[in-house]
Amino acid sequence: MNPVVRSLRQVGASLAGAKAGLASRWNAMGPTQRLSAYVLGVLALYLAPWWTEIPLLGSIVDTPGTQFTTVLSDRVIIFVLVALGLNVVVGLAGLLDLGYVGFYAVGAYTTAILTSSHASLPWLLALPVSIAVSMVFGVILGAPTLRLRGDYLAIVTLGFGEIIRLSAKNAEWLGGSRGINDIKHPPSIGPLKFGVVDPKPYYWLGLTMVFAVMFLLHRLENSRVGRAWVAIREDEDAAELMGVDTFRFKLWAFAIGAAVGGLAGVQYAGKVGFINPDNFPLLLSILFLAAVVLGGSGNMHGAILGGILVSYLPERLRNFQDKRVFVFGVALVLVMVFRPEGLLPKKVGTRKAVAAPGEGGAQ
Amino acid sequence: MRDWLLYRTFWDLTITGLALGSIYSLVALGYTLVYGVLRLINFAHSEIFMVGTFGALMASQEFLGIPMLEDGGYPYRTGFMLIVFLVFILLCAMVFSGLGAVALERVAYKSLRGNGDLFGAVVLAFLTGFVVSMVFVDDTLANVIVAAILTAPITMGYMSLFRRGKQSPRLAFLISAIGASTAIAEAMAIWGPEKREQYQTPRILEKDVLFSFLGADVRVDNVIVIVGALLMMVALTLFVNKSRLGRGVRAVAQDAETARILGVNVDMIILVTFALGGVMAGGAAMLFTLVYEQSRFNIGFILGVKSFTAAVLGGIGNLKGALLGGLVLGLVENYASAVFGGQWKDVVAFVVLLVVLMFRPTGLLGESLGRARV
Amino acid sequence: MTNEVLLQFSDITMQFGGVTALSEVTIDIHRGEILGLIGPNGAGKTTCFNVMTGVYKPTKGTVRFDGQDIVPLKRYEITLAGIARTFQNIRLFGNMTALENVMVGADARKASSVGGALLRTPRQRAEDKESRDRAMELLTFMGIADRAGDAARNLPYGYQRRLEIARALGTEPKLLCLDEPAAGFNPAEKQELNELILKIREQGYTVLLIEHDMSVVMNVSDRVAVLDFGRKIAEGLPADVRANPDVIAAYLGVPDAS
Repeated sequence: MNPVVRSLRQVGASLAGAKAGLASRWNAMGPTQRLSAYVLGVLALYLAPWWTEIPLLGSIVDTPGTQFTTVLSDRVIIFVLVALGLNVVVGLAGLLDLGYVGFYAVGAYTTAILTSSHASLPWLLALPVSIAVSMVFGVILGAPTLRLRGDYLAIVTLGFGEIIRLSAKNAEWLGGSRGINDIKHPPSIGPLKFGVVDPKPYYWLGLTMVFAVMFLLHRLENSRVGRAWVAIREDEDAAELMGVDTFRFKLWAFAIGAAVGGLAGVQYAGKVGFINPDNFPLLLSILFLAAVVLGGSGNMHGAILGGILVSYLPERLRNFQDKRVFVFGVALVLVMVFRPEGLLPKKVGTRKAVAAPGEGGAQ
Repeated sequence: MRDWLLYRTFWDLTITGLALGSIYSLVALGYTLVYGVLRLINFAHSEIFMVGTFGALMASQEFLGIPMLEDGGYPYRTGFMLIVFLVFILLCAMVFSGLGAVALERVAYKSLRGNGDLFGAVVLAFLTGFVVSMVFVDDTLANVIVAAILTAPITMGYMSLFRRGKQSPRLAFLISAIGASTAIAEAMAIWGPEKREQYQTPRILEKDVLFSFLGADVRVDNVIVIVGALLMMVALTLFVNKSRLGRGVRAVAQDAETARILGVNVDMIILVTFALGGVMAGGAAMLFTLVYEQSRFNIGFILGVKSFTAAVLGGIGNLKGALLGGLVLGLVENYASAVFGGQWKDVVAFVVLLVVLMFRPTGLLGESLGRARV
Repeated sequence: MTNEVLLQFSDITMQFGGVTALSEVTIDIHRGEILGLIGPNGAGKTTCFNVMTGVYKPTKGTVRFDGQDIVPLKRYEITLAGIARTFQNIRLFGNMTALENVMVGADARKASSVGGALLRTPRQRAEDKESRDRAMELLTFMGIADRAGDAARNLPYGYQRRLEIARALGTEPKLLCLDEPAAGFNPAEKQELNELILKIREQGYTVLLIEHDMSVVMNVSDRVAVLDFGRKIAEGLPADVRANPDVIAAYLGVPDAS
């Protein structure tokens, strides 16, 4: 056998073995042990700004050129939030959204308008309003377009993202090409000051949001809403014939996805303090999509992994800074060709396929 | 509102709108052909167009040695020589785009149909080696050498890793297309002649005003574009209707399985479909550089979306629809930019798309899925 | 079987462009009966199903279910009105477990939605439990509960067919439409299927059955309707239909006049 294939297979086998080993250790643990494992994990994540101090691990993890914590607060946490939201739309409900950056932009711009250019509300008040406005946009976009075939939906959502960007660029009341600055930062919480220098509080705030979103999305996934979404993704017509009001649930997927996207926008605006239309190019929609698809769409953990990879790796591997997008393009093609289900696909059910006598597999 | 402007230059806008629309139509043909046959939006078709403009640049600047406008001493060709030059540039652009389309199909789509072949494996292996080497070294030449060395073993690995006989889900095709589109555009930006800048293409002919039509000046390049596009579309129509390969395209569009059973080489037909779209895009690219004398690594995106809008507007899968949709879109865009201002031009196309899809999703002339109807 | 008409399929004509798939077809289904729908390939049987379940809107004619005109309803509303179906080529939700597949059906009549799910209200939790329990019940009823946690696409063929029926039953239908449920079964499995259909009727459901296999249709149906080229050519007791010369001609052709 070809040495490359052989070594790839060996690597694959040992990874699978390690995963199985961990899985059996996990299953063997009692509930208190699992809880402590979770708590330790969460704690480690909150301590991430200090990972670079750890002797060996630190230098592996550190990002040359940019402060590690800034990468976490400005890129990673944003992408993870977005990936979680887009996963609902693309991964769970199976709706092709190529304009997700639109919702992200709406969230950011609403915050900007409310705290800086047209009003002077505090960031904390702008937060729920921006999320609500994003949701409204989600419904506005979804209502007329969700009846369309999947491919058309992709193009229409792409158009939507661009309309948002172009409108922001051309409209003076949205700041035009210059954008909006002096966006308010989140208010201080005890000793945590959300200033201009220290990114740590922003990271912690974002991380907390990630956990909150994960918690809520988990509830949705394991309810009739989540089941309806997956049914729609698997076979929309069959789902409708089983009594699922597909239009309503698709609209909800869009709305929830838009809400999370808007939340990411608010977080971003509150951190950087100034935004302009160039922050929301089509490319970002593609990166968002890449995050979900590469990580494993339909699976929250896959989406998080994808979000981390897409945001962190370019900073870590500074070598190809301007070639980063090219690499993404190639990576997308490669992953689709060899592993379209993504790196961490959702595992359904307990057993593997049984060889069926007839060819009656589910269509 | 600038209604008076619209009225005064109405015929100007109409002529240029038709020219612009002809270009949209040609590119739209590529989208509509592939969608009609494969139900797949070839997201990377826009980059095929961009590659064609690059081909036109190569043809005029390198092969024919036509100097750029500002270099002076400009030898405008006329008459017979002009036609020879134009045809040469056209063929170059068509070759670049056609080959690009064919390569695209083999690399990014074929293996997703369960038919991964050697060409695709080699290209993917080379790219893999290239990217891996990029992680360690920032020198393009070194990366190419490393990639070349690694290509052979990786290719063999990929050939056995291909998922044979299994059709990937629709989302996978779209993502692969997006990836290919992004990679091609970025490759042009990183290694192309002008990187991320706009580049000029030489002017090939004197843009005289040929005649006046109801107060509007009709320039020779507008005429060439409109006439040229029509000729190309007629040629395509004849090919699809009369030739053996064209029959194959229509057969596969209707029922690929039956066509396969009847001995049609479906993979070859799919390749032909992509090639046809590519050639049309190449034609559009040449005409585009003729009129606008410029190109850019990301010129494909906006034009691609608008051309796809045109294809949907006319009725996806329907060749005549692509023609009508393109012309209508070109006109509407021109009129709207006169009324609302040029910066809203692009938004117009998106809005048109939304309106069409909401009120008449089958398009003006009706869809032709699975029928590749002309 | 009662004499009360549950579904009135009146004078239905279904045209697609130039093709007439159904021509003035009238079928009455009585509450509690098992009606078999047979006919050569292409006769229009699945088209009838599709019109009944709202997949197609008929060109002409009316469909009344339980007294209500269901033609203007949306498909999911027709399901909620009480018509459920299975499919000729199995259309399960492959990447969901067997249990989840049936739960989707059972969820159809639940009221809680996004708000309830996010807040985990007591009603939402109760409804979720109801769906789960009912789904498990149905899986047990269909004899496939041992694979409840497996992905539907990994199930053996026989299980998949029965899962489709369980899922349809999850929507609490009054009328259950089975589209060739015995396709691909061996004789023993067909016998099991017959018993299953009878058991389903005993539970109070009305069944409409498309089948090619006479050993299933004739043994299980109370009445049989025959379609040929989009028209109803016979209707009545299985024995009578079997002997009907028009029916024989439709299937076997008319003997040569030699």
